[in-house]
Amino acid sequence: MALLEQKTTAAQKVDERIKPVSLLTQLMRRPELGAVAGLILVLVFFFLTADPTMFSLAGLMTIMAPASQLGILAIAAALLMIGGEFDLSIGSMVAFAGLVFGVLLTNFGQQLAVAIVLTMLFAAFMGAINGQIVIHTRLPSFIVTLAFLFILRGLTLVGLKWATGGSTQLRGIGEHVKDSASLAIFSGDALKDAFVWLADQDLIDKFPNGMPKVSGIPVSVLWFAALALLATWVLLRTRMGNWIFAAGGDPNAARNSGVPVHRVKTGLFALTACAAALVAIITVLDAGSTDARRGFQKEFEAIIAAVIGGCLLTGGYGSAIGAFFGAIIFGSVSIGLTYTKFDSDWFQVFLGSMLLLAVLFNNFIRRKVTGER
Amino acid sequence: MANTKGPIIQVTDIVKHYGSVIALNGVSMHVSAGEVLCLLGDNGAGKSTLIKTLSGVVRPSSGQFLVEGEPVNFTSPRAALDAGIATVYQDLAMIPLMSITRNFFMGREPLKGFIPFRHVDFKHCNEVTREEMHKIGIDVRDPNQAVGTLSGGERQCVAIARAVYFGAKVLILDEPTSALGVAQTSMVLKYIHQVRQKGLGVIFITHNVRHAYAVADRFTILNRGQTLGTYAKSDITMDELQNLMAGGKELQQLSEGLGGTI
Repeated sequence: MALLEQKTTAAQKVDERIKPVSLLTQLMRRPELGAVAGLILVLVFFFLTADPTMFSLAGLMTIMAPASQLGILAIAAALLMIGGEFDLSIGSMVAFAGLVFGVLLTNFGQQLAVAIVLTMLFAAFMGAINGQIVIHTRLPSFIVTLAFLFILRGLTLVGLKWATGGSTQLRGIGEHVKDSASLAIFSGDALKDAFVWLADQDLIDKFPNGMPKVSGIPVSVLWFAALALLATWVLLRTRMGNWIFAAGGDPNAARNSGVPVHRVKTGLFALTACAAALVAIITVLDAGSTDARRGFQKEFEAIIAAVIGGCLLTGGYGSAIGAFFGAIIFGSVSIGLTYTKFDSDWFQVFLGSMLLLAVLFNNFIRRKVTGER
Repeated sequence: MANTKGPIIQVTDIVKHYGSVIALNGVSMHVSAGEVLCLLGDNGAGKSTLIKTLSGVVRPSSGQFLVEGEPVNFTSPRAALDAGIATVYQDLAMIPLMSITRNFFMGREPLKGFIPFRHVDFKHCNEVTREEMHKIGIDVRDPNQAVGTLSGGERQCVAIARAVYFGAKVLILDEPTSALGVAQTSMVLKYIHQVRQKGLGVIFITHNVRHAYAVADRFTILNRGQTLGTYAKSDITMDELQNLMAGGKELQQLSEGLGGTI
């Protein structure tokens, strides 16, 4: 908000002839407005109904852990949606990348760093294939990636049975990576020393022995926040960002203006698959095993989070920071309901309603912003 | 018009085949700086193929294509753009959901900073956009507003202003007024007049003889892939032009049949 106000004053300095744009208009023009409003609504709801422990540090971390894993997918899905395409295969991609990662570690005995790099490269390659098929066949990405949803899920099952000799779960990954130097970047909690220090200063809750009750921030949360910032910067401040909006807004107009639409879209598909691989790596390392149901239905949750975050289904409009808030709404509701007296099965009802509201709201805002009739 | 130099674009006997279809069968035309050439022709006359050839989308099968006296052979729209030939398509010019600034600089964003932190200088972009819009008399309150909030005529003007700003020597306007109302049309025609005074060559494609007659210096009429003739404005009346364009006789007969209402 402060940033917006600064912008307004800067513009006034530049040219006094220009009437200042009202703060309300500026806010309305931000695609993430709905998500921020939604998050405030959700938090107020839980303030009134939930057990106060939900808002303790431990409670927040419980919410942020699943929110961050979904959020990494949602941010990538948001960029792809702004670029005008969908990827319904990300959930299956999480499972398949988990399988590739696990097999590289256990069956092939690769180093953790090598396995991570190879898994990422492999995911990028699969994403690029998705993109190439969509571009060259001109089929809707919805249908092409729906095919890959099943293909990758099936390959994961087949591959797991092949790798384990008949089981659908690949265990023992933890032992292979115990001593790896890069483990701390992808697994466990970060900033542990800072939390110990905070506990020493009596700033956060601690156990009787002086150790903090929350040992640190899950690394996935840091990845999530870093990706949200990076994606927002790319979208709003870089040439690539302008190209993503243009490719999704109108590929023909973009191409006529010299935007390499095919390269942008292929890159976005590869990025989405890499985000799925990152989630696979983080969750597989945390669990020490991988199974066929990993990432199940995450594609829908990611797209819902992106839509709640202000992305239009038709592309060309949306925000990464909106998807960030969308994912946090998701995490707050799914975990938060367990802190209330409500049955946590209300979650899905709540989610569907939220999605419907978000779409209606986005349409309304888009008409307002663009003067479309 | 004081044209000491030769024409900016000169094409001679351009032929274009699509397989067995002959789209252009020896078309010749030229346009000089500070001149509006109007390209007239009915559907299928070869107007779009000629535009596509000039703007580098398709390559001619044979014929001579000179830009400022030098023979050229464009391999992409980008190459034509770099040579100073900018094309504004009637409906594919702007992206309504994006801001005016983002549209204005689309594909040619000015960059600032070193590689990992390289970004678009949007502050500069906004200033340029506001300035350029001001020049053509469109009051842009905020260059961050979406192009969708502009009228059709304003959008065409923004697209033309963009081409002018990025150093076009020749503007090709593909039916810029065909989807516009009266007030919007006069706005665009007025701007075309301004662009000519700046010393750019303009190739103006239209169906509408009235619009053509309002701004053009010369008229080239295409029919069935061939040049039917080029006329200076002083040599031809609007009625004659109308007849030539629609295949002469038939329309005249039809016009008589309908009591002269066409």
